[in-house]
Order: sequence, then C-alpha cells, then structure tokens
Amino acid sequence: MTTKQFVIVGAGPAGMRAAEQLVAAGQRPIVIDEAQRFGGQIYRQAPDAMQRERRDLYGFEAGRASAVLDRFESLLPQIDYRPDTLVWHIEANTLQLLRAGRTHTLPFDALILATGATDRVLPFPGWTLPGVYTLGAAQVALKYQACLIGPRVVFAGTGPLLYLVAWQYASHGGQVAAVLDSAPASAKLRAVPRLFARPAVAAKGAYFVARLRLMGVPLHSRVSLLKAEGTERVTALTWRASGATRTTECDAIGFGHGLRSETQLADLAGCEFEFSDIEQAWLPSRDSAGRSSVRGVYLAGDGAGILGADAAELSGARAALAALEDLIQPTSMGRAAQIERETRAHISFRHGLETAFALPPRWAAEAPDELIVCRCEEISAGELRACVRDTGTRELNRLKALTRIGMGRCQGRMCAPAAARLLADAVGCTLKDAGRLRSQAPIKPLPISLLHDAAPIPAVPEDEDD
Amino acid sequence: MSAILHRIEGVAREPVAFELDGRACTAFEGDTVLTAILTQSERLREAEFSGAARAGFCLMGACQDCWVQLVDGERLRACSTFIEPGMQVRTGSLP
Repeated sequence: MTTKQFVIVGAGPAGMRAAEQLVAAGQRPIVIDEAQRFGGQIYRQAPDAMQRERRDLYGFEAGRASAVLDRFESLLPQIDYRPDTLVWHIEANTLQLLRAGRTHTLPFDALILATGATDRVLPFPGWTLPGVYTLGAAQVALKYQACLIGPRVVFAGTGPLLYLVAWQYASHGGQVAAVLDSAPASAKLRAVPRLFARPAVAAKGAYFVARLRLMGVPLHSRVSLLKAEGTERVTALTWRASGATRTTECDAIGFGHGLRSETQLADLAGCEFEFSDIEQAWLPSRDSAGRSSVRGVYLAGDGAGILGADAAELSGARAALAALEDLIQPTSMGRAAQIERETRAHISFRHGLETAFALPPRWAAEAPDELIVCRCEEISAGELRACVRDTGTRELNRLKALTRIGMGRCQGRMCAPAAARLLADAVGCTLKDAGRLRSQAPIKPLPISLLHDAAPIPAVPEDEDD
Repeated sequence: MSAILHRIEGVAREPVAFELDGRACTAFEGDTVLTAILTQSERLREAEFSGAARAGFCLMGACQDCWVQLVDGERLRACSTFIEPGMQVRTGSLP
C-alpha cells in the first residue's frame, strides 16, 4: 500500500476526525498542535494535575466531547502526535516548526489545516483595561483553569457564545451583572426558520436564555457598548439601549462578536482567498470537500469558515477523504457524499445565527476617535481615519504600512475585523474592497535566541508591502 | 489590588511556591503563569507604549497580550506556560 506524508495542523474536532479517517485508510498521519493536550478550544482538556469531570467541563456537549476525545486517544498509537508544537511558516511543501525552543522542518505530501478560530472582536473604549477579556477567554478560564473572571462580570457583544458563557458562569456560582446583546431581540425571531435546521441546538440556546432569566440576570438587546470605566482595572461598563445611557458596575467583562477564522497558515501556503458574505471576511477558497486552490493543501473546521464544532468533525473527515482520494486512491465516496449532505444543515443554521446575532451595523461609524483599535501598538481609530483622510489610503495593507495597524505581536488577530470596518467606513467602500491583511512569518512570536538556527525567511518584495 | 480570577474549586493540587514582584506567593500545580498571577493580582505587565496596565485578553495564545518577564530576563506567554516552583515573575508594578 502506498504511504504518503499526511500532516494535520490542529487537534480540535476537525483535526481529530481527519486523523481518524487517515488511520482507517492505513496511513500514519502527523498531527501537530500548539496546545499541550488535544481537544482544540471547544473540547479543551484541563491540565493533568486537575481532576475535572467532563460533564462539568463541557455541559450538554460532554457526550459529544467524550466521543471524539476518546476516539482520538485510542488512535494515538497509530498517529505521530506532536503537541506543544507551533507551525510558524509554510513554504514549498515544508512546515517550519517550533518545539521545546528549537525549530525543525517537516515536509509533507498532503496538509490538512484545521487551525480553528478565535473571538471576533469589535472593541469599545477601555477594552484594554485589566479585567476585560474575550468570551472565549472567560470560557477558557473556567474550562482549563477552574476559575471565573470577576467576581461581578458583564457579558457583552453578540453571538451564541454570549448566552452559553453567561449561563456557564451563572451555573458555576458566578455573579453575572448583565448580559448585553448588541443585536436586536427581533432578529432572533426572524432567524427562527433557519435555526430549525438544527432544532436541538436552537433549543439549547433558548434554554440558556430562559435559565438566565429565571436566575434574575438582566438581559438587554440592541445595546451599544460605550466604555469600560476604570484606570488600573475595569470598574464598570457604560452602555446605551433604547435611547438611555446606563452604567453597570462590574469587576470583569467578557465580550466578543462571533468567531474569526485563523487563516495565516493557509495564506502562507499560497491559498487563494475569496470574500465570504456570511463571515463578512476574506477566507481561503475551498471546494465542498475542503480542497484549497493549492494542490495538496486542504482546509477544515472553523479555520476555513465558522460552522461550529459538529460541522468541524464533518469537514475534518471530508478533507481527509479528499486527500486520500487525491494522493492514494478513491475511497468510500458514499461517506463523502453523506458528510456533504449533513453539512448543509449546518450551513443553513449558520445563516440563521448570522441573522439572530447580527453585528452592530453602525459600529465603525460610531466608534470614537480615541478608541484604541490595535492593543499591541495602541493605534487609535482617529489615527486610522486621519491616515485615510491625509493619504487617500483605500486598502488594508497600505493602512498597515502607514500606521502599523495589524503589525504588532498578534499580527492583526485582534484588530483586523475592526480595522477593516473602520477603513471601509472612512473610505466609503465595501468591506470586501477594503481588502485583507497579508500574513507574515513567523505567525506568532519566536524566541530571539532562535535567530541563529532558524531557516532564513524570504523578504517580502517591497512592491507587495507598500 | 484584588484578584481578577476566582477559583471555583477547593484546590486539592500540589502547591507551587513562586515570587510575584518580590513577594512570596503560592499557586497550584496545573495553574498557568497567568492564573498564578491573576488569582492574587490584577496585572501581568505594562503596555510598551502607554505604560498602561494589561492582564491578557484571549487566554488562548492568539492575542500575545500576556507576555510576562521573569527576573532573569526570560519572557514567556503567561496563558500557555505552567507555573513552576521558584519562578520569579516581574509585572512592572511596585512591590
């Protein structure tokens, strides 16, 4: 039997199911993951030293989590699993890895990128204060470290995670001072037909809202987040709804506006991107099987487009089947067709979520000049607007070159959605026409001590980086 | 300063002694450096440009806002590094 070097990046639901499919076909995939234990963010496992029940960690999803985690664990003897390893560059079918303070190279025949997502953030003044975190961070604190941010916490922004995290906190004894949804309540009703694509999931969302109400947590809709108050630490959140401005005292804030795909590696691999209307973001192009525009590079899970954990399991398996078909021989296409059918319900549901948790349409227009957009380099909305006004900049990479937006340590992960919206608003163009930040290696900071043993990184030609 | 992170469990794990801005502190095995610090304090570092206090943001290795410095100069990402006995962390705040 032919064996090829299959490499999977990311050990969340997509990466784990991709590995399973490859093992079933007699391959021994390499699975690289930045985390210390497999599971990804959604099924993140507590450190070994902690004894945590999966029921407590994953709630309603405990069964689903156990199924995929236990399956992957049982396959570990047939997988070359490399945790604690960062892929920091891709070029010429070779990955550059960082593990235990050393760099390594790893050539591949097929690469499945299952790089996941982080919170999509539309910030408000004061969001850099200690005590202000993403919704995902609030959840990681609970799942991974058995801690709550607080003691009094406001959850804000929009998206399904807003109510899930608020409920998780409330049911673990957290003092949830308020849940502030930037989307209108009417949007939830409009979304109902499409949310019926996955009635059990929609029902869970309704359950969280009902429980929060019963617990006496104030829930507000169509909220504009105005300012996190405080100097050394957040002390309150000022917000506006129904024409009235209010201030809610708190010790911490968790906020976010849905999720944002991690696409840096696909970009460095040379994948073509296209604008996604549903994500309102540029994403690597892929066919329904997960093939990117680059031969041998496949895309799966939330890193390729936000569809959630269950769909990630499907797209991980589907991408592995595509890779097997392309590199070895056609296999179980009946399974492939079934996966694509099941995925359609997730896509319909996602459209429902986008309606229910619509992003604040006037966020960019209303963001004050003093808002810090880039938390790495502390660049304000006013500086971005001035750059557009004074230089005629109309494109995101040009804005980056002139203001350093997106050039800091996070490489635009936290600021790019906000910066692109501010640019589009200032120019008067669409978000699509504002463009997307080009990714640069290393995609995360490397220790400077590695400079002498790292492979040289090719310089970006000047005409591309203007 | 009061803590940002609050434990939900009675901790049955091995204690880990470390130093925070010259002060003797105790964390627990399995705590990240971020958890070790923010269960007793409210800042990790100061921003390079404004000097404003920061305490991390994403907790999943993406935002790079939680890099802290040890007394010996080593820098580490607090959300993805476990606390170790004897670590001497410096957050920039006065002892």
